[in-house]
Amino acid sequence: MKVASKPASVSQSLTPHDVARIRANFPILGERPHGKPLVFLDSAASSQKPVQVIEAMDDYYRRYHANIHRGIYHISELATEAYEEARSKVARFIGSPCAAECIFVRNATEGLNLVAYAWGRQHVGRGDVILLTEMEHHSNLVPWQILAQEREATLRFVPITKDGQLDLRSLDRLLAGAKIFAFTAVSNTLGTINPVTELAARAKSAGAVSVVDACQAVPRMPVDVTQWQCDFMAFSSHKMLGPTGIGVLWGRKELLDSMPPFLTGGGMINVVEYERSTYADVPARFEAGTPAIAEAVGLGAAVDYLQGIGMERVHNYEHELAQIALDKLGALSNVTIYGPGIEHRTGVISLTVGDIHAHDLASILDRLGICVRAGHHCNQPLMEKLGVPATTRASFYIYNTPEEIDLLVRGIEEAKRIFKIA
Amino acid sequence: MQDDFSGMEELYRDFILDHYRNPRNAGTLEGADATYEDNNPLCGDRIRMDLKLRDGVIEDIKFKGRGCAISQASASLLTEVVKGKTVAEAARIGKEDVLENLGIQISAARLKCALLGLKVLKEALSLAAPDL
Ligand SMILES: Cc1ncc(COP(=O)(O)O)c(C=O)c1O
Repeated sequence: MKVASKPASVSQSLTPHDVARIRANFPILGERPHGKPLVFLDSAASSQKPVQVIEAMDDYYRRYHANIHRGIYHISELATEAYEEARSKVARFIGSPCAAECIFVRNATEGLNLVAYAWGRQHVGRGDVILLTEMEHHSNLVPWQILAQEREATLRFVPITKDGQLDLRSLDRLLAGAKIFAFTAVSNTLGTINPVTELAARAKSAGAVSVVDACQAVPRMPVDVTQWQCDFMAFSSHKMLGPTGIGVLWGRKELLDSMPPFLTGGGMINVVEYERSTYADVPARFEAGTPAIAEAVGLGAAVDYLQGIGMERVHNYEHELAQIALDKLGALSNVTIYGPGIEHRTGVISLTVGDIHAHDLASILDRLGICVRAGHHCNQPLMEKLGVPATTRASFYIYNTPEEIDLLVRGIEEAKRIFKIA
Repeated sequence: MQDDFSGMEELYRDFILDHYRNPRNAGTLEGADATYEDNNPLCGDRIRMDLKLRDGVIEDIKFKGRGCAISQASASLLTEVVKGKTVAEAARIGKEDVLENLGIQISAARLKCALLGLKVLKEALSLAAPDL
């Protein structure tokens, strides 16, 4: 996470030429909604896909689709190999020392539920504390609420400062008695980059396991779990150029080994009798039923694509776009930008414009072919805290350009004109 | 840029903006016969309506809400329409009537916004006059 605050030097970032080459890999960027070029500024919700990912999945279905870990025939072996190779790629990508620590799930939400269910129900009891932060996505909030209700445990929240950073002054007090500290690495609403290594270390000294929601981090910055020293981490493929339907729960091997299954059935067993069964080793224990094989292949291709660019460059380029956007949007009258300054944030920018509701603004931008997210971003309590019913969020990725930020600025100016705001 | 927005000027006509910024029948009612509140969980639009009836007539109605111009203007317009009408008349108001009243083209994605007020009104009516 150190890289986050390093200034982006040109050579470590993407040149306009690089971005043009990247854009050529994304067929969807040729679409023309409402007759306008597609300006996709909603990658924090889900990124677009390069041909490399689409073709890897297509190739799998055309040439070697079969169920895995079962058939003893050739194409089943190929499919099994491809599935496990994807796991190894993911493991290397996030600095995991061992591929078995990467469990394929449906998405980050399922990964977080898995931890709450399998680890949480084993370890959290009456009066224990589960510590979260005020900026968690509903996916890293609701599973803990349910666990807390079931176990009569207490939820606590690390507060946020006015500019949308975690206020760590009372962290030690909040961590007292905590079994779990679950927090996001990057806020999907404010773009805030949290100090994961520090938070995980402080959880550890307080005797709590750390659970990192890395949904917004893995797509946009170098992530290394051995550097973070966290206990669990979850992310989704669809936000990092990969397909929907697959995500990853990473966990430290000793913890995973000690956990009971979550979903049960075929594929996760060792010996089955009519009355009882024994369970397979990790990771199979947590992958009940036929998994998302084509999606794993696609995720592997997405990892290759990102590594081909280099995550430092991905991060630095996004940082540059965020800087440009903050400068240009910040210069507009009646535009309020939420979240911290550039040194603590990534290319996710939430804003409001005068009294224009986020939906109205998004509808107007849509007519210009500009896709932004409008609403509460699965962060309802945070919105209450910010005192706005909804914001409009623009998020940038490797295929976005400074010219697209200019279009966003023009769209906002037009919205102000339509709503008769200076 | 001007012509890019022809559809938008249509959607955000002056009277829509006026109802959004100066909602009619805004507020709450002391001693209401029925109160109902609902929200649109996807976008966070929220509307509450209070009704007062006398002899089967909607004597007074107030609404309170937050959300986009479409949802708030639509609810505001609706309160104007039903005030003074009988419960039976109000109950017959349908989606088409609301959209016609708004007089603008609503895209599928925004239909929920435009119809939230009607949904709340219907629920409030069935609370106030369960036999209807
Ligand atoms: C920070 C964060 N956590 C969790 C999620 C949930 O991801 P998914 O819907 O892929 O499970 C998201 C995605 O919106 C997110 O941004």
